[in-house]
Amino acid sequence: MGALQAVLKNPPISTKNQNVKDRAEGLVLKVLSSFKSTDIEKGVQSLDKNGVDLLMKYIYKGFEQPSENSSAVLLQWHEKALSAGGVGCIVRVLTARKTV
Amino acid sequence: MGFQDLRVFNPRPADHEKAAMSYHSFLLEPISCHAWNKDRTQIAMCPNNHEVHIYKKEGSNWNKIHVLKEHNGQVTGIDWAPESNRIVTCGTDRNAYVWTLKGDAWKPTLVILRINRAARCVKWSPKENKFAVGSGSRLISVCYFEQDNDWWVCKHIKKPIRSTILCLDWHPNNVLLAAGSCDFKCRIFSAYIKEVEEKPAPTAWGSKMPFGEVMFESTGTAGWVHGVCFSDSGNRVAWASHDSTVAVAEGGKTAVCASLTSETLPLLCVTFITENSLVAAGHDCYPVLFVYDSNKAALSFGGKLDVPKQSAQKGMTARERFQNLDKKATTDSKEAVLESLHKNSISQISILNGGKARCAKFCTTGMDGGMAIWDVKTLESAMKDLKIV
Repeated sequence: MGALQAVLKNPPISTKNQNVKDRAEGLVLKVLSSFKSTDIEKGVQSLDKNGVDLLMKYIYKGFEQPSENSSAVLLQWHEKALSAGGVGCIVRVLTARKTV
Repeated sequence: MGFQDLRVFNPRPADHEKAAMSYHSFLLEPISCHAWNKDRTQIAMCPNNHEVHIYKKEGSNWNKIHVLKEHNGQVTGIDWAPESNRIVTCGTDRNAYVWTLKGDAWKPTLVILRINRAARCVKWSPKENKFAVGSGSRLISVCYFEQDNDWWVCKHIKKPIRSTILCLDWHPNNVLLAAGSCDFKCRIFSAYIKEVEEKPAPTAWGSKMPFGEVMFESTGTAGWVHGVCFSDSGNRVAWASHDSTVAVAEGGKTAVCASLTSETLPLLCVTFITENSLVAAGHDCYPVLFVYDSNKAALSFGGKLDVPKQSAQKGMTARERFQNLDKKATTDSKEAVLESLHKNSISQISILNGGKARCAKFCTTGMDGGMAIWDVKTLESAMKDLKIV
């Protein structure tokens, strides 16, 4: 839980360095996959509105490069984040100018 | 086994006077834009083509009394000046026409806008001596009538607009103009034309207002600004943005901005109904109330304004359950049918009675070709938690 908060703090949105973004994305994915399925909901609840938006951005970024197990985990996170953030959250991922 | 309708609808209240909302389906095509005349007996609208149709309310029917054909492209904006009874229309053919009623027919006057892309929206100023047109050419044309040449002349506001202007609203002082644009910003410009008016008094947004001056520019929200609206006093401006947010800014020494991210699809139009309450509607097909608290500079969600139809569901047979599970991976019997009044996105909201200070009725039109009239008092009493401050 603490790891989730930490990894979502200070996202590399403004940096032009693609490496930094990739490393941050990898870290987030690791944290997301380390959660137990039953704990995912609690994890999402512990985030504030901006956190949920940010989480959704990472989830979609993760969808872009699927590895063997990542899509299943991400889909579970997606379902919980959707019930917390609603459709508006996804719209904000699509309209965001600065990507994670 | 035949197809079974899984719902039983209770009929709406027949008494239209007491209904919280009434709906009239004009056409099957979307209504691109609409405008009401002064006493709200006639509505001018564009049925998604090059014409403007004017309907008159006779009894409980709407009869088409005029068809205005002059544009060569889709009509994207209509505004009806209540006092001078003139209609201004603008379209994708890069033109605007001012229509005056001569006898029984509307006669157009061409206004040269000097734009090379489509016009997107048009609004008369409160004193009706000017109107502003937002266009895809990344500028706003402010037009006024030059008496000497008997001709409409326009001036352009170009800087610092970087993309199409989607929506406009005038400040009550007839000089300031709020514009929402596809470059993700809502700005307030001065549209002061010295030929037709006196120097304006200082406002909450500033005191020096030469033509084209940017009095306020929003930051923080991403997404195209679809709808913009000044409050009745002009001290506040609200805008709805494509990233599903609504924001309100209050003028002052430093402008104070408050925004609210919503969980719904983006909103397309927004209007103040009192100094503190806004109604907005958009792709979710129902109007929503927002309340602005100026002490906390915070915007909050007030409630959905669509009283849903009462529907009872018949029990599902086992076969239907399995069918649903197979087709939609769920045993939920809710069909993909919208429960709201409008069956497609709402694109425009207009105030019918009471002005922006104490709105009593407002009207919405949308892409389903229908127009709905909402009564604020009845809505307030119908929904227990709704409070319009």
